[in-house]
Amino acid sequence: MVPVTASLEVSGLAFAYPDGHQALFGVDFSIARGERVALLGPNGAGKTTLVLHLNGILGGGTGTVTVAGLPVSKQHMAAIRQKVGIVFQDPDDQLFMPTVREDVAFGPAAAGIRGAALEERVHTALERVGMREFADRPPHHLSFGQRRRVAVATVLAMEPEILVLDEPSSNLDPASRRELADILRSLDVTVLMVTHDLPYALELCPRSLVLSEGVIAADGPTGALLSDEELMRAHRLELPFGFDPRSVTTGA
Amino acid sequence: MHVPDGFIDAPTSAVTAVVAAGALAVSLRGARRELDERTAPLAGLVAAFIFAVQMLNFPVAAGTSGHLLGGALAAILVGPYTAVLCVSVVLLMQGVLFADGGLTALGVNITDMAIVTTVVSYAVFRGLLAVLPRKRRSVTVASFVAALVSVPAAAVAFTLIYAVGGTTDVSIGKVATAMIGVHVLIGIGEAVITALTVGAVVAVRPDLVYGARGLRQRLRLRVNGELVDAPAPTAPVAARTSRRTLWITGLVTSLVLAGFVSFYASANPDGLEKVAHDKGIDKKAKEHTTAGSPLADYGVKDISDARLSGGLAGVIGVGVTVVAGSAVFWALRRRRTDDVSPASTGV
Amino acid sequence: MGAGHAHRLYRHGHSPVHGLPPHTKLAAALLFVVVVVSTPREAMWAFAVYAVLLAAVAHRARVPARFLLGRLLIEVPFVAFAVLMPFVAEGERVHVLGLSLSVNGLWGAWNVLAKGTLGVAASVLLAATTELRELLLGLQRLKLPPLLVQIASFMIRYGDVITDEMRRMRIARESRGFEAKGVRHWGVLAKSAGALFIRSYERGERVHLAMVSRGYAGSMPVIDEVTASGAQWRHALSLPCAALVVCLLGWML
Repeated sequence: MVPVTASLEVSGLAFAYPDGHQALFGVDFSIARGERVALLGPNGAGKTTLVLHLNGILGGGTGTVTVAGLPVSKQHMAAIRQKVGIVFQDPDDQLFMPTVREDVAFGPAAAGIRGAALEERVHTALERVGMREFADRPPHHLSFGQRRRVAVATVLAMEPEILVLDEPSSNLDPASRRELADILRSLDVTVLMVTHDLPYALELCPRSLVLSEGVIAADGPTGALLSDEELMRAHRLELPFGFDPRSVTTGA
Repeated sequence: MHVPDGFIDAPTSAVTAVVAAGALAVSLRGARRELDERTAPLAGLVAAFIFAVQMLNFPVAAGTSGHLLGGALAAILVGPYTAVLCVSVVLLMQGVLFADGGLTALGVNITDMAIVTTVVSYAVFRGLLAVLPRKRRSVTVASFVAALVSVPAAAVAFTLIYAVGGTTDVSIGKVATAMIGVHVLIGIGEAVITALTVGAVVAVRPDLVYGARGLRQRLRLRVNGELVDAPAPTAPVAARTSRRTLWITGLVTSLVLAGFVSFYASANPDGLEKVAHDKGIDKKAKEHTTAGSPLADYGVKDISDARLSGGLAGVIGVGVTVVAGSAVFWALRRRRTDDVSPASTGV
Repeated sequence: MGAGHAHRLYRHGHSPVHGLPPHTKLAAALLFVVVVVSTPREAMWAFAVYAVLLAAVAHRARVPARFLLGRLLIEVPFVAFAVLMPFVAEGERVHVLGLSLSVNGLWGAWNVLAKGTLGVAASVLLAATTELRELLLGLQRLKLPPLLVQIASFMIRYGDVITDEMRRMRIARESRGFEAKGVRHWGVLAKSAGALFIRSYERGERVHLAMVSRGYAGSMPVIDEVTASGAQWRHALSLPCAALVVCLLGWML
């Protein structure tokens, strides 16, 4: 059923933290190349834990993760980390270099790209998120929305197979939110968007997964999942006041 | 305590710079072994924390306030190697960015505040933990004593450096009295704050307290209702060898320091006699000139109040005894754990 | 403090001094201070010449005297110490205004004051004309171990973030009516410090995650390099060289 070219395949993934807290209880799903998928779930459902498994930062539990046919394991770690681009929730964690340009260059430079090719990557990535003129600014002098866009650029510069965004819309004002949505729609990469911002998921992702209590509780078209009131209630997912998924036409 | 330029003469500054560079090299290797590629971000963040916490003022009374120096705290929380790196980087940045502490005195400052405080406090801390019952409370108590001893220890180290390379001929007794006296007081504040802070961290994230790890439990995973064993972590083995290196380094350093100081003392009897003469205490001076211990010799003799003098000597003496005692204890305990280790790892 | 970018000493400008590569400036400042410290304290005129040399650099860097003098205040605790020296030092004594002062102590006070002040002034000039990032590149270029440079660079990047967290915690404490007045409140403050440590450490872990996610494997990729031409080196080193001549004269005269 699953095509061989799946960008991401997760099967039977279970994991507990060193303090004994178990976050994942056997997660299975697969994402085809070019898809934009939302991973929905309430706080504490294990979303971030799952994300950290996708490029092998967490591991040591049971189950497997495969990225574009390549299993996530010690031997392929460098290739995996180039293929899976994770944009973390707090851009301050992601932007650790003194200037925007160096930060965007970090990933490709770590992969061994130098000189003009490196400049080209940085240039293109910043262009795609509309932050070219900020290249020489220190990250902490940017607004939150700008920092998030630069964070996306740092990952795009690595030309990943799949872009994983952890709560991309959190702390953004409505304008920054829309700008980011426009950027994400303009990209032609596979996207896994982890969020509890349901309207944002509906706007951007045709398909959604619901992660609840460490397992995938539902998988289907975003509009259908959001309209299923019983499912939503069972997994503590709530639509904002006055928002009706059936009345929205999505361009996605 | 940031020493400015011109306080210590050039040759001594150069020697301390070499000592500091050597200790940094050892710490770089040690930190890499413990934290591997996590060293840079973690040590950087801890350095930022130390930097920030030095700005956190603890009100004492009537408008005065003190702040944490952080050497002992860093050593207990992140381990001695990383702590040396963090405090050194803080000092380097304070020197270069804020002109706080002279550029040529960087070696003195690092030796004094980054190396002596962390090594002494960590040695005391581990020593006490080995003796005390294995409870959370012991961690707090050990942190208290470790921080208490670390600050006067830095003062002693400074006094020794001053004795060798001070640019002004102030009697070493006076320097020692002033430095150690003041720093015992500072040490008490440091000890209370360090102990409370470590206690606060132990209560919430005991796994983050480097000095108190070793009480971890084996993990079990539940997959679809069944319990499965997680793969065992392998870290403690590496930690043990690195700890031994630390102890040996500390021991060698103190031996070298002790030898160096006694050499200096014996090479300069004139200076001593002159001091004694100036102070009008040449009656006592005779018995002092041949004494070996720098503390018994110069440290406390200028204090007329016998009780205060006795107290100071007592505090320092206790500190030294604790270090020596815990070293012995550690050696014995290590032997014992080695004997039983095959059995204990199987549990 | 919240706005407190770690580098409050920097003054933006485009002077010849600002334009010099950072490692040449670092080397020049360090050598200058070494020379100053090695000068015999009796050669009082030499210290006056050093001060003139620094003033000339400050002039070329267009750093105003008021800024420089204001920044010297950091030295005040040691001024207090220096003032004490004539009273506590040993040796022959002179009587001035009814006070018994040690000659040696007076020399010592002068020594510490002169050298300390020149040292602070040199550091202030360096910091005022060099951007943080440049300073780090300079340290790296001067062969400081890369790991130390990385630690320093993370410390600077996150110094603000953490002091800001500390400030928010203080505001949270104060908005609940807490005010630290004395030793009794140390427990509360220490809890904040503990929480701050946990946050810092966890952020360190997250930063590390973000780094390995982009292929970090223990060493920073080289993105920028600073280089200096021979002319720039000569330019920067003219300060310590001039000082060295003064110092040698000081020993000989």
